[in-house]
Amino acid sequence: MIVKIKNLTKKFYIGGSFFTALDNISLEIKNGEFLGLVGASGSGKTTLLNIIGGLDSPTSGEISVLNQFMNTTSHTERALIRRKNMGFIFQSYNLLPVYSVYENVELPLILNNIDKKSRRQKVLEAIDAVGLSDKINSRPNQLSGGQCQRTAIARAIVHKPALVLADEPTANLDSENSHLIMEIMKKLNTNYNTSFIFATHDEKIMGYLKRMIHIEDGKIFKDEKIKL
Amino acid sequence: MLFNIAIKNLVGAGIRTWLNVFVTSVSIFMIIFSSGMYTGMKQHAMNVSIDTEIAGGAFWHPNYDPYDPITFEDSHSITPSILTELVESNKALEVLVSQASIYPDGRVVPVIMKGITLEQEILNIPTKEILKYEGDNIPILIGRGMSKYTKLNIGDTFIIRWMDDNRTYDAGLGEIVFIMDSDNFKIDFGHIWLPIEKMQKMLSMENESTYVVFDDNINPHSAGDWIKRDVKYLIRDMETIIEQDRPNAIMIYIILLSLAAMGIFNAQTLSIFRRKKEIGTLMALGMHKRKVVLLFTIEGAMNAIFAIILTVLLFGPLLYYFSIYGVPLPIDYSDMGLIIAKRLIPIYSMPLLVATALIVFLILLLVSYLPSRKISKMHPVDAIRGKTT
Ligand SMILES: Nc1ncnc2c1ncn2[C@@H]1O[C@H](COP(=O)(O)OP(=O)(O)OP(=O)(O)O)[C@@H](O)[C@H]1O
Ligand SMILES: [Mg+2]
Repeated sequence: MIVKIKNLTKKFYIGGSFFTALDNISLEIKNGEFLGLVGASGSGKTTLLNIIGGLDSPTSGEISVLNQFMNTTSHTERALIRRKNMGFIFQSYNLLPVYSVYENVELPLILNNIDKKSRRQKVLEAIDAVGLSDKINSRPNQLSGGQCQRTAIARAIVHKPALVLADEPTANLDSENSHLIMEIMKKLNTNYNTSFIFATHDEKIMGYLKRMIHIEDGKIFKDEKIKL
Repeated sequence: MLFNIAIKNLVGAGIRTWLNVFVTSVSIFMIIFSSGMYTGMKQHAMNVSIDTEIAGGAFWHPNYDPYDPITFEDSHSITPSILTELVESNKALEVLVSQASIYPDGRVVPVIMKGITLEQEILNIPTKEILKYEGDNIPILIGRGMSKYTKLNIGDTFIIRWMDDNRTYDAGLGEIVFIMDSDNFKIDFGHIWLPIEKMQKMLSMENESTYVVFDDNINPHSAGDWIKRDVKYLIRDMETIIEQDRPNAIMIYIILLSLAAMGIFNAQTLSIFRRKKEIGTLMALGMHKRKVVLLFTIEGAMNAIFAIILTVLLFGPLLYYFSIYGVPLPIDYSDMGLIIAKRLIPIYSMPLLVATALIVFLILLLVSYLPSRKISKMHPVDAIRGKTT
């Protein structure tokens, strides 16, 4: 079990009152899943993804990620979990602008104190997996949106994390590029058994998902397993 | 690891970084330069004072107070014999001091009249020039400043009026025989110099003097009831004059340092504001908040280090050049009562250089850290979105 959530609620305090963004959610995600949190804008997908990633904490309820009970972990422990076992992919890529493709992908390995020699081999492998070997020395501003997102994917998987969290990874991409990056991630999921959790309302993504958690107004109203 | 990332970020930021570094390094240069000029000025004033006034020290008549001309009337007596012996062997010189008035062009100018041993080589005053005079008037040596003020030139004659030992007024005709250029306004303004024997006769003070200056290679202990004034004592008021100027120097130091600090602080605050998304991303990638703070602090501190290196490379040669050839000063400060060279050699002491580099570094470290602290209060979710609050 890679994620285990029980009666999780998240409330935001805005304008003098509480807004319930996630309402009594219970959910279990197994190793190697290729799963989507699906729902309309404002339904709470990003909020849930952030809590799973340890970037935010629940107001009530329990959550374990990668066998760590997240409710009681410290900031330091959560940073460690993310660094070692998670990868993040964002809608707007979030690449570091002054870094080349190589350096962006290398960053998680540097953070994990991997020595230079094995870094190189891993970085080249990850860049190869997303098909960007010819852009190794380019800066993000010299890349297309699709190439940026592929760089971000390489960065998310370079340290072979158990879990990759992707928030609307195709929202800024055209159809062709969306399919390309979904194919890449599907392959990574199969090859390395890396679990993927997407937050999306993009129809194009849904065709690739093996499981869809439908969220509406902070509640799960349907848990759909897709038979291939 | 953080150092590599920090350097990458700084170099990657390109022109913004270098502009910052340049401005900081200009400030460092200005701090070192102005401190060097200050020290150089101080040193020069000391040197000039010793060269033209103090030599190895002096014996004063017990009543003599150079800052109170009223005392001059009573501050003369027969020079103690131990001192006259020194004068005769060219190891000391006598000076007799009195108030007087001169009348150039019908104006009255109160002056301090000083009779001095002409053959002396102890003080850098061209007294030997007076020896060349063969006329019948009272031969007078004055400084360039005094010459300008009284409009007296070589060969000009004028009436001198003085009070002799019997408290009766007497007068005679003086003639300018030489005009000296001296960096020391204290031997120039309000002073007329003449042969001591001549003055002793004029004032009926045979064999009398007010003070005796001795050479710096001897050190007589005592001379009757005359008071010994060593170099340290004589230089003291010089030092206080310069010390009075110290707050200004410190003020400049502080202003320049604040400028450098504000530059970095500003750049740092802006950089954190603009790079919020990057900060959030680093947190999502598992960099600890403390490390992110450290990273940004290091980036700021690197600015300081680059600036110090740039100062050495860019301004080092200039500072070196000045320390050898001096800095020409366009203004004549002597009217302001300051002993300043026409070409001032700045002096950079090693402690000054090290202290400046260290203080700059520490302050820049602090102003790099202060804005970076904000990062630890950022919520990663907000930061990732690049939401600016
Ligand atoms: N930091 C916050 N403070 C206050 N309210 C918030 C905060 N973050 C999210 N919300 C609210 O919680 C709800 C869920 O937000 P969330 O971002 O999870 O939606 P989403 O499903 O990801 O939407 P989208 O598809 O538009 O990204 C929204 O109504 C949003 O306004
Ligand atoms: Mg969202």
